Amino acid sequence: MEKDSNTPHADVLHEEDGWHRQPYDNDPPLVKGNLSFHEITDLVAYHTEKKTPITWFLAFGVASTGLMILFLMLAYQVYNGVGVWGNNVPVGWGWPIVNFVFWVGIGHAGTLISAILFLFRQRWRTSINRAAEAMTLFAVMCALIFPTFHVGRVWVVYWMLPIPNQMEMWPQFKSPLLWDVFAVSSYFIVSLLFWYVGLIPDLATLRDRAKGLRAKVLAFFALGWTGANRHWRNYEKSYLILAGLATPLVLSVHSVVSFDFAISIIPGWHTTIFPPYFVAGAIFSGFAMVLTLLVVARKIYGLEDLITLDHLEKMNIIILVTGSMVGFAYITEFFMAWYSQVEYEQYAFINRAFGPYAWAYWIMMTCNLISPQLFWFKKLRRSIPVMFALSIVVNIGMWFERFVITVTSLHRDFLPSSWDYFSPTWVDVLTFVGSFGLFFTLFLLFLRFVPMVAIAEVKGVKPEADPHFYDHEGDGHAAEAPQIAIQQPASEAQDGPDDVDDSTAPTTD
Amino acid sequence: MPQLFPKKANALPLLSLGGLVVGGVLTIFLVWYYFSPEFTVVGYAPTQPVPYSHRLHVDQLGMDCRYCHNWVEVSNHANVPPTQTCMNCHSQIRTQSLRLLPVRESWATGEPIEWIKVHHLPDYAHFSHAAHVKNGVGCETCHGRVDQMEVVYQAEPLSMGWCLECHRQPELYLRPHDEITTMGYVQPADFVERNLERIRTEGIQPPTNCSACHY
Repeated sequence: MEKDSNTPHADVLHEEDGWHRQPYDNDPPLVKGNLSFHEITDLVAYHTEKKTPITWFLAFGVASTGLMILFLMLAYQVYNGVGVWGNNVPVGWGWPIVNFVFWVGIGHAGTLISAILFLFRQRWRTSINRAAEAMTLFAVMCALIFPTFHVGRVWVVYWMLPIPNQMEMWPQFKSPLLWDVFAVSSYFIVSLLFWYVGLIPDLATLRDRAKGLRAKVLAFFALGWTGANRHWRNYEKSYLILAGLATPLVLSVHSVVSFDFAISIIPGWHTTIFPPYFVAGAIFSGFAMVLTLLVVARKIYGLEDLITLDHLEKMNIIILVTGSMVGFAYITEFFMAWYSQVEYEQYAFINRAFGPYAWAYWIMMTCNLISPQLFWFKKLRRSIPVMFALSIVVNIGMWFERFVITVTSLHRDFLPSSWDYFSPTWVDVLTFVGSFGLFFTLFLLFLRFVPMVAIAEVKGVKPEADPHFYDHEGDGHAAEAPQIAIQQPASEAQDGPDDVDDSTAPTTD
Repeated sequence: MPQLFPKKANALPLLSLGGLVVGGVLTIFLVWYYFSPEFTVVGYAPTQPVPYSHRLHVDQLGMDCRYCHNWVEVSNHANVPPTQTCMNCHSQIRTQSLRLLPVRESWATGEPIEWIKVHHLPDYAHFSHAAHVKNGVGCETCHGRVDQMEVVYQAEPLSMGWCLECHRQPELYLRPHDEITTMGYVQPADFVERNLERIRTEGIQPPTNCSACHY
């Protein structure tokens, strides 16, 4: 690794005092490069303040072209009806549902990183949570497009909501499809709130560095944040509450998505293993997408000191664990098909692996079960090219998982006369391509206008944010405290008003 | 950067919460009323190619609905009469009327008159006239006082909620078999008891499950 030296203060604490305060002190430092608080602010804020680089415009051009394709395809679909897609008897759920589950799954990493890892005091989340949450929001938006337009009559899509109406028509509360509406929309709202609340201190930092209209706009979104102690208190309370609210949602959303399948009586869908298996798959694909994006972003934006190889390695370990869980679920399904002695279930799985869609099944198995096993090797899970390639392979695999589940179970109907082979149409393909356009358009806007790393939180995991002046009262160390304060880098003292924040940066104690 | 928000902006969270509640209720009301067929389609009265007057034919001449809509008791559709039905009388009566010119032209050329449909149901809702007429639902109940209409208009919303009102409590709407086509029918005093008795003996069970109409 790069410079392994810790911050000077940490060195002082460790070597001279032998002062082991927290077990995680044994871990490599979360922020490398001996950055001061001010340098961290500069490093992140600079990318929202500099002149827009030409490469950004190029990337944005490509992404927004994709977005235009999406708009065109949706307009074409609305004008002509759902028939322009490949969905038909017996495969009534084609690509739109596959893409929906694919995108919702990707949308799981953000809230897992921000909420669950927050509650478990995994402080390495701070460098990646902002971008991961943004990715979550955009992925959920992409996901919502598909069921919205799959209903066919998109202009009456509000029928999915239980709004009193003169038709006396209510959604079917017994249907998991309705639970989906609630699960995904509440997930989106809570994720958005969570993301925004976390942004407020950073927006205030940007505001204090900005002038003119930009400062006004930022001031509006910073909601009058001054960095006062009371603000931090309220902020940390609300952040904790939102983390508590979001945590069950991480598990519930994809469980409910899996109910869309598991509640039915289709062989291959009707299994109780679906909820945990879908949640594991969602985290698997979500982390892969975070990796794909961050491996590139940290390089381009020079954030290697904040998003370090250690962060990436930790994500790779999560990919390895969840990938193995998913693979275990695939094998369990076969075991259950055999053990249950239900011939339809057995047929469904043998047909999956050796039937007309065997190619898709084995792509899924290779990408999701076999390829992440490479991460057992430390060398490979710390290799940027390997993890970048694997993260893409994983998402290809996870798309195929949803394709295999949806299509192979449906194409062999209970009525053999309706058996058929599903093929997508060009509209299916271009709509899916267009959804990536939407995703990357939003993500590029995020990279350009929003601090892509949680500045205040990253400062909070620096050792000097947590000096423990009075932890060991009476053991003689309290006396050393002023010494630490003096050792603060000179730049600290001159820093702008934004660094009022720093002195009370969030601690996790 | 001085503070953008004045002190009184502290009221904003509470105000926006109130706004959310009021706005939510208002939205629901707006959807409930303005998105409903009661607002959007009741009163729909297109101009027909022939200025045919139901008031003249039904009220003044006393014709029965079934003279023209003769399949209503056996078919899903209460048919719009062909030109031939008009010509049964109009080959003898008002043979030179200018207003009947399109009818005579249709008669001569064999091209049907393109009447404009007034009562639309969505294509995903199936409805049988026969099933209703045979079980004691009067024409008037759904179509209103056609005998008073110079130009036919939609009198009722034909929305699902409106259908269900009767399907849930048919005893409030049924009438005797010989009063089906009567216009301006007045229910006798004890009609609810009579209808309940009929519902029992005739086994009238209007379905309220989805697939009764959506199949």
